[in-house]
Amino acid sequence: MKKRTVAAMPSSNGDAAAQILGADGVLSGQCPMTREQVVESLRWMLLSRAIDERLIKLQRMGRIALYGPVYGQEAAVVGSSMALDPRTDWIVPASREQPAMLRHGLPLVRLFARYMGRIDHATIPLDVNLLPRQEAIGAQLPQAVGLAWAMKIRRVESVVMVYFGDGASSEGDFHEACNLAGLMRVPVVFVLINNQYAISTPVQKQTAASNFAVRAAGYGFPGVAVDGNDVLAVFAACSAAAKQALAGAGPTLVECKTYRLGFHNTSDNPKEYRDDSEVAAAMKRDPIERVRRFATQSGWWSAELEAKSVAQIAHDIDEAQHAVEALPRPGPAAIFEHVYATPTDRLKRQRAETLGPDAASTDD
Amino acid sequence: MSILEAIRSAIFEEMERDERVMVLGMDVGRLGGVFRVTRGLMDRFGSERVVDTPLAEGAIIGSSIGLAIGGMIPIAEIQFLGFTQQAFHQIGPQLARCRFRSRGRFHAQVTIRAPFGGGARTPEFHPDSIEAMFSQAPGLKVVCPAFPDDAKGLLLTAIRDPDPVLFLEPQRIYRRIRGEVPVGDQPVPFGRSRLVREGSDLLLIAWSAAVHMCMEAADRLAEEGAAVGVLDLRTLVPLDVDGLVEAFRTSGKAIIVHEAALTGGFGAEIAATLQQEAFRSMDAPIQRVAARDSPYPPGALEDHFLPSVERILKAARASLAF
Repeated sequence: MKKRTVAAMPSSNGDAAAQILGADGVLSGQCPMTREQVVESLRWMLLSRAIDERLIKLQRMGRIALYGPVYGQEAAVVGSSMALDPRTDWIVPASREQPAMLRHGLPLVRLFARYMGRIDHATIPLDVNLLPRQEAIGAQLPQAVGLAWAMKIRRVESVVMVYFGDGASSEGDFHEACNLAGLMRVPVVFVLINNQYAISTPVQKQTAASNFAVRAAGYGFPGVAVDGNDVLAVFAACSAAAKQALAGAGPTLVECKTYRLGFHNTSDNPKEYRDDSEVAAAMKRDPIERVRRFATQSGWWSAELEAKSVAQIAHDIDEAQHAVEALPRPGPAAIFEHVYATPTDRLKRQRAETLGPDAASTDD
Repeated sequence: MSILEAIRSAIFEEMERDERVMVLGMDVGRLGGVFRVTRGLMDRFGSERVVDTPLAEGAIIGSSIGLAIGGMIPIAEIQFLGFTQQAFHQIGPQLARCRFRSRGRFHAQVTIRAPFGGGARTPEFHPDSIEAMFSQAPGLKVVCPAFPDDAKGLLLTAIRDPDPVLFLEPQRIYRRIRGEVPVGDQPVPFGRSRLVREGSDLLLIAWSAAVHMCMEAADRLAEEGAAVGVLDLRTLVPLDVDGLVEAFRTSGKAIIVHEAALTGGFGAEIAATLQQEAFRSMDAPIQRVAARDSPYPPGALEDHFLPSVERILKAARASLAF
C-alpha cells in the first residue's frame, strides 16, 4: 500500500470553501502546481472557452442541435482532471466536462464530431480511459463506483473521477453510489461541480443542507468544499483525494463551488430566472482571469504568449471543425449497429426492410 | 436436479471456469440469498467475488455496469423481479444501451437474475410478472426457463453473453420441478423455443412457470381426445419467430398463457407476430389467457387473478370447437 499523503488537502471550515488563489490573482500559501502545470491549466481553460464560443456559434447558425457550455466552470473541470494520470486513471463525466475529456486523451476532432452528429466518428478511443457523456442526471455515479470497485478487485492502480452537479446530488443514484463507495472503500473521487443552478433551480431549492461537502460524513468518507473558480485549490483537493484513493483509503467528495456564467444549454435563457447583477458579480470571480494574473505576475505568462496560444487554439478548432464537416453523416444503418454484439433475427429483418435486402450486414 | 440447484450449478461452474465472474446482491453471501440459490458460493469463492450489497437495487445494477466495463463479469441478483422497478433507470436506459450509446466502445457483460411469478402467496410486489417491460429495452435479452436443464444451459449462455441478460427464475417451481440436467458444459442457445409436447389440434404457448400449467391443461385435454401441443418460448428476446410459426402451423390454433396482466403483455407480441407471419395457417382466433388487468392482489385472491388450468381449458375448448 502506498504512503498516504494528505498535505495538499486544503482545509475547509464549515461552509467556507478552501482557496489558494484569490479572485485578484494573489496566492495565499504554497502553489500546489508547478510552473508547467499552471501554464497547462491556463491553456486548457482558454481552449475550453474557445470551444464554447465556436459551438454556440455553430448552434446559432443551425449547424448543431444543442450545446451546453463550460463557461465559468473551467477551473473546476480542468483543475480536477489535472490531478489524474490519463494512462491509468478513469474519468466518468456528466455532460459539461469538455476540457477534462480532452486532457484525458479524447481527440478534439472526436469532441466536435459528437456535437456535429457524426456519432461513429465520435467514439472514445480504445486507449482513452473515459466513459461517454451522461444525459440521465446522476446515472453515472453508481457506474463509476462499479468501475472503481473492479479496479480494486483486480488490484489495478487506478483512480476513477466521477463528475456531477448540484442537481444530481438530489437523485437517489447519488445516495446509493456514495453509500456503496464508502462501504466498499473503492478508489473513486466524487467531483461535485456546484454551479449554483440546475437549469433554473438554484441550490437553495435543491437542498436544505448548508453545503454539499458535509454529506460525505454520512457515508463514512471525507468531504471537502473548495472555491471551484480557483484552479489551484481544486487541483490540490483532487490530488489529495486521488492519493487517498490509491492508498486504499477510499472515496472523497470534493465540492467545487463555482458559477454557471452561461446558459444551461443553447435552448435556455437564464435572464428568465436570475438577475444580471448576480451574473455581473460572478464575472468578477472569473476562473481564467485570476490564473492569467497570477501566471503573468510570476513571469510565466504574457500577452504575447496568450496571443500565440489563442491563435493556436483557433487553428486547432478550425482544423477539427473542418475535418468533421468532411465526414459523412450517419445513415439509417447506424440505427441497427451496436445494439447487440450479434444482431437478433428481428433486427436483421428490420435492417433489411430499412436499407433494402442487398445492404451488407455490419455485425460488430 | 431442481431448477434452483441447476441455477446454482451454472453459477458455480462459471465461477470455477472464469475468475472474472462474480455474484452481487442483497443477502447473496452468508445467507445464500433468500431462496438459497447462491448458498455455498461465498465459502468457495470468497467475499470479494460473492458480495452482500447494501439494500439498493439501483446501485446493484449501476455498479454492475461499471464492474463489467472494468473487466469483471457480474451476476447481479435482484431479490424479486418486482423490485427491478427500483433499478429500472439503470437497466433500460443504461445497462441495455451501454454498447449503443458508446457506439461499440463499451459493452456490459452483466446477467441480472430475478425470481418472479405468482402462486406462492408472496407479499405485494414480490410476484409481479413485468417481463414485457424489458422487451421494450433494446440491447437487453430476456430469458425465462421452465425446466432445470434449460435453467442451467440458458444461464451458462447468459453469463457468457457479451450483452446484458435478464434471467427470470420461476420462484413457485424453484424446487418443485425436477429433471435431468446434462453433465458437463452444455449451454443452451438463445432464440430457440422448445416444443415440450406435440399436438396437432391446438398449440399452447407459454414461458417460465406457465409452461407447466399448459402441460397440465394439455393432459386434461388429451383425456377429452384432443391432441394439444405446448411450446416453451425459453427466451422472449431474442424471439424464435421461425420456431413459433412452425409450431403454430401444425394446428393453426393457438392460446398464449402468461402470468403478466393481459393488456400490453408479451402475449400481444406473440399474437401479432403469428397473424403477420402465419395468417394463412390461422384456423381460429388466437386467444390469450393472462392475469387480470388489476394490480397484483393479496395472496388470498391471487387464484382469481392469475391464469389457471380451468381458464386454459375453457379457452381451449372454444378454440378446438371453432
